[in-house]
Amino acid sequence: MSEGVLLTGAAGWLFAVFAVLALGAAVAVVVARNPVHSALFLLLSFVLVAGIFILQQAEFVGAVQMLVYAGGIMVLFLFVVMLVNPGVVALDKAFQTQFDLALVLLPIFLLPFLYILGTEKLPDVPVKPDAFRMVGQKIAGNTEAVAWVLFRDYLVPFEVASVFLLVAMIGAVVLGKRTLEKMD
Amino acid sequence: MTITINHYMVVSFLLFAIGFMGVLVRRNFLTILMSIELMLNAVNLNLIAFSRRLSDLTGQVFSVFVITIAAGEAAIGLALTISFFRQKKTLNVEEARTMQG
Repeated sequence: MSEGVLLTGAAGWLFAVFAVLALGAAVAVVVARNPVHSALFLLLSFVLVAGIFILQQAEFVGAVQMLVYAGGIMVLFLFVVMLVNPGVVALDKAFQTQFDLALVLLPIFLLPFLYILGTEKLPDVPVKPDAFRMVGQKIAGNTEAVAWVLFRDYLVPFEVASVFLLVAMIGAVVLGKRTLEKMD
Repeated sequence: MTITINHYMVVSFLLFAIGFMGVLVRRNFLTILMSIELMLNAVNLNLIAFSRRLSDLTGQVFSVFVITIAAGEAAIGLALTISFFRQKKTLNVEEARTMQG
C-alpha cells in the first residue's frame, strides 16, 4: 500500500483544499441562476484543477490547462453569455422537467463506481519519483519529457488533432453566419 | 496527510457526477455546455493521477489531446448556441422540440 502513495504531508493538505474548493465551484456552476456566475465558477474550478496538476509535477498540462481552458474557452463562453444575455433566471425555472428522475438515477450511476473502488486491484508497481521529468535516461523538465513522448510515439494523433482544429474552426465560422448565401 | 490514487479517483468521479447532473437537469444551453467542460476536466484529473501512479507519460499526452478536443468542441457548441438563439430567441433547451431549422 505504501507504493501507491502519491502525495504526503503539506502537499496532501493542499490537494485536499484544492479538491474541496473545486468540487464546491463545480456545484456552484450547476446550481447558479445567473449564467455569468456559472462561467466564473467554472473558471475557478479550472484554475484549481490546474493547481492539482502542478502538485503532481505535471507542469506542462497545468500550463496548457490555464492557457487553453481558462484563457481561451472561458473567454469564449463569456463572450457568448454576454452576447446572448439571458439574464438571471428564477430557481424554479432553472431546472428541466426531468429533474426528479435525474436525481433518482444519480445513485444508480454511483454504485458501480463504488464497487470498482472497493475491489479493483492496481498493479503493485512503485511510483517512480522522477518519471515526469525523464527524457530517455537523463533528467530534463516536464515539458521536455512530454515533448519526447508526444513527438516520437504520438506524432500521428498530434497531426490529426491539428486537422481537427481546422475543421472545428471552419464549422464554427459556418454555423455562426447569419444567413447562408445561396449558391447558384 | 497521505493521498493515494483512491482519493484522486473519488475526486475525479465526484467532479464527473456533478457535471453529469448539470447536463441532465439544467435548462440553459450554455450551462449544459459548461457542465460538459466539467466532465472533461474530471477525466483529465483522472488521467494525470493514473499517469503518476503508473509512472507513464502517456496519460499526460492524452490529457493534452483531451484539452485540444474540448477547445474545438466548445467552439462548435457555442456557434450552435448562437445559431439556436437566433432562431428561437431563447436559450431554453426544452424549446428544441422540432428537427426543423
